[in-house]
Amino acid sequence: MTSTADRLVEFDDVLTRYEPVIGLETHVELGTASKMFCGCATTFGAEPNTQTCPVCLGMPGSLPVANAAAVEATIKIGLALGCRIANWSRFARKNYFYPDIPKGFQTSQYDEPLCVAGHLDVEVDGTTHRVEIERVHLEEDTGKNLHVGGATGRIHGADHSLIDFNRAGIPLVEIVTRPVPGAGRLAPEVARAYVTELREIVQALGVSDVRMEQGSLRCDVNISLNPVGDLEWGTRTETKNVNSLRSVERAVRFEMRRQAAVLDGGGRIVQETRHFHEDTGSTSSGRSKEEATDYRYFPEPDLVPLAPDAEWIEKLRAELPELPAARRARLQQEWGISGTEMTWLANAGALGLVEQTVAAGATPGDARKWWLGDLARRANEAGTELGELAITPAQVAELVGLVNAGTINDGLARQVLDGVLAGQGGPAQVVEAQGLAVMGESDELVAAVEAAIAGAPDVIAKVKAGKVQALGALVGAVMKTTRGKADAPTVKRMLEERVLGS
Amino acid sequence: MTGTSSDLTRADVAELSRLLGSGEVSAVEVTRAHLDRIAADDGRLGAYLHVEDDAALAAAAAVDQARATGAELGPLAGVPLALKDLVVTEGVPTTSGSKILEGWRPPYSATVATRLAEAGTVLLGKTNMDEFAMGSSTENSAYQVTRNPWDADRIPGGSSGGSSAAVAGHLAPWSIGTDTGGSIRQPAALTGLVGHKPTYGSVSRYGLIAFSSSLDQAGPMARTVLDAAVMHEVIGGHDPRDSTSIDTPLARLADAAREGAAGDLRGVRVGVVRELGGDGHAEGYEPGVLARTREAIEVLAGLGAEVTEVSCPSFDLALPAYYLIAPSEASSNLARYEGVRFGLRAGDDGSRDLDEVMAITREQGFGPEVKRRIILGTYALSSGYYEAYYGQAQKVRTLITRDFSAAFADVDVLVSPTTPTVAFPIGTRVDDPISMYAADLCTLPASLAGLPAISVPSGLSEGLPVGLQVMAPALADDRCYRVAAALEAAQDAARGHRLLDELGATAGAA
Repeated sequence: MTSTADRLVEFDDVLTRYEPVIGLETHVELGTASKMFCGCATTFGAEPNTQTCPVCLGMPGSLPVANAAAVEATIKIGLALGCRIANWSRFARKNYFYPDIPKGFQTSQYDEPLCVAGHLDVEVDGTTHRVEIERVHLEEDTGKNLHVGGATGRIHGADHSLIDFNRAGIPLVEIVTRPVPGAGRLAPEVARAYVTELREIVQALGVSDVRMEQGSLRCDVNISLNPVGDLEWGTRTETKNVNSLRSVERAVRFEMRRQAAVLDGGGRIVQETRHFHEDTGSTSSGRSKEEATDYRYFPEPDLVPLAPDAEWIEKLRAELPELPAARRARLQQEWGISGTEMTWLANAGALGLVEQTVAAGATPGDARKWWLGDLARRANEAGTELGELAITPAQVAELVGLVNAGTINDGLARQVLDGVLAGQGGPAQVVEAQGLAVMGESDELVAAVEAAIAGAPDVIAKVKAGKVQALGALVGAVMKTTRGKADAPTVKRMLEERVLGS
Repeated sequence: MTGTSSDLTRADVAELSRLLGSGEVSAVEVTRAHLDRIAADDGRLGAYLHVEDDAALAAAAAVDQARATGAELGPLAGVPLALKDLVVTEGVPTTSGSKILEGWRPPYSATVATRLAEAGTVLLGKTNMDEFAMGSSTENSAYQVTRNPWDADRIPGGSSGGSSAAVAGHLAPWSIGTDTGGSIRQPAALTGLVGHKPTYGSVSRYGLIAFSSSLDQAGPMARTVLDAAVMHEVIGGHDPRDSTSIDTPLARLADAAREGAAGDLRGVRVGVVRELGGDGHAEGYEPGVLARTREAIEVLAGLGAEVTEVSCPSFDLALPAYYLIAPSEASSNLARYEGVRFGLRAGDDGSRDLDEVMAITREQGFGPEVKRRIILGTYALSSGYYEAYYGQAQKVRTLITRDFSAAFADVDVLVSPTTPTVAFPIGTRVDDPISMYAADLCTLPASLAGLPAISVPSGLSEGLPVGLQVMAPALADDRCYRVAAALEAAQDAARGHRLLDELGATAGAA
């Protein structure tokens, strides 16, 4: 099932003939201390199969008991998304055979989820897109298969497979949107903005570390295309396990281009599961849904129904922290920036970083300048998220402080960043170690200034004749001989003193 | 020596407890007497799948030693018992009567087993059963046939037939059975024992290998009503490991049994269920069974009970509803047996893929009745059929519960025969599932409604035991014990001995 070279339509071309409808199913692994239905620990990265017991291994006779903290976290997520919290909710068994499902069924929720009918507003390019939330439900995670001997870590071609059940039974919240039509050209960005906003909400609630690279936030992306003006939506594909914000956007973009090519060629979209490939940004066909299992859902008889009482729900509602949208509105005002600037910050995943940088002493303007400028460029080049760069907000604030104190200039600051990102220590350390500080009126600088004057009598003549701006060329020459370490205004003043005698 | 040994295996638990407590006999003597009897007779009866032997003697010796050092011991310390083989026991083979779990030694113990061990009882072994408790004769065991101590050519009931045969055959003083649709009450009735299915949720299911989760309950099988009540008090009560476990204190069950034995049932309103063997509903019921039931009801009336007939029309639907709900849940509960983590793995020779190995493992590991029910349940839960089958059956369940509620507005307990017939000959129903399923006709309604129900001997028909079933409202298990104990005491007094003693006079001494 390797990726074949799909024919693709240019993205802008897609929009001339088709309208996309997107939908997202997001899984959030909760950060509870114990698993969903047993007391096992949930530490990430523990030795395989050391966090298991008869319950999460599905041993005969074992029974589940629901984790109250996980139920509470799910309700909080539901409340933050404006959902109605069910006063009667049940777990259901989703029956299918796979070795990482210890019981032969996954304990999930079916037609009686904990939270229903919410929404999340996201802003892209200055417009607000409302994403309707269909449901938020609670279930258990599966074990993890490790296929050994194959080329790609896939089961195909593998020699044998190992299963780690440490993850089996970790509480998982699934957040399902209703189909989102009308995003048009912005569909990829809307999808990304939705996951970004959802991640920030979950983070603000403190119920998960939502780290996509560790799988504690996973995304399945549904996409369909219909001819422009058609009222009926097209057949959708479901691209599984899209594991970064950037990939969400790329997956939508790719599927739109691929599906358009299929439709253009008179083909039919197969309702199927597809895999996303990080390396190529493409998707490939998985198992067709038409031959998929009948999950034979039925209410889980081993668990009593959940009946959260109204008083408890209101208490949780009252305890909700400031949510990202409210926080953005507040910070926008505090920082005196426009809505668009705020959206850029948020979509770049830079809001918290900037806030922390400001808290560490930088002005909002300086903090934004560095995170959205140089650092954003570097993250983009490295293909990682801004928050994954090897620099802390405190270090950025320190860098800004060094610039404002005149110890370094912007050019030197970029060299300092290189050093920090390369793991050479904090900004001050890098400045010290590499001697990157701006030169004062040292003998070296005086010599450089005087050498510049001596080497350019024609320029001096022009200046003395009243063409003062010609001094700029000498400033440049001095900066060059000092390899950027001189402070340009200082050099300019020194030149003026010597040439004009002022 | 033989005299003493024989007495020890014929004693009820109340007597054993007295003998052990007074020091007249040691726990080792009691355990050895039972192990000897198992060695002598179980080849014929086939009650046990696994006997603990040395481990049992070691446990008994530990009790004796504790007693010798003056430790404060409970009344059951040193009393032996047998557990149905679906009660999970740490380190002790547990198969649920299936080849698919052959050789599995569990890493943990069921709450029921733990509570009995903490009370100081000594585990003799694990008893035979229909595979995954699916059956009414124990003929569906993947391992062996179990014979009825009253007539070796007949079945001991099921699915807890190993437990009933062990206790009736004097190979254990009492045992744990489990009841999904009648699997404690029916084998108890067919072997002359007392068997009680507790209120659903009042005994922990943690560590009971699941057949049908919304129906399964563990309960006592014993020679007397009092013994059953005492065992129930040990195993009952809230367990945080079972989320369906009810968090209220148990009723005083042993006290209720003693009160009943005093013989005064004045003020107790007894309803006779017409749909279970009454007028117009007697088809399939043996005349001898109906006669013993009538006589038993007369005894209750003679003790002061007010007897009336009540109608529960939905009970006629219990059998079809049960055979949709139980297989549906079973089809899901049994999905974990696929050879990956425990038990049998077949066909894994390196040439087959995962799906094939799972399929071959299940093909070889499950018997025909288990496969039949998995197929039935899978079908009933399938998309497009769910509402018509599983959904409809759940509605019937609600109707049955309403019939019970209406009846209990007027009466305190309901009574019926426990089974339509006495124990049938081995081999006569195995090829006819519908007639086999009919053996549970009377016990299914209380199962579906989650209510407590006891079977207590009511006499013999054609030389074989008949049971009377007493059903009560949820959590009113004490009423079952009280009424059953009253019947037991009155009949024992009239007879001059326990019904089970007649077994010793006939086949038991063989």
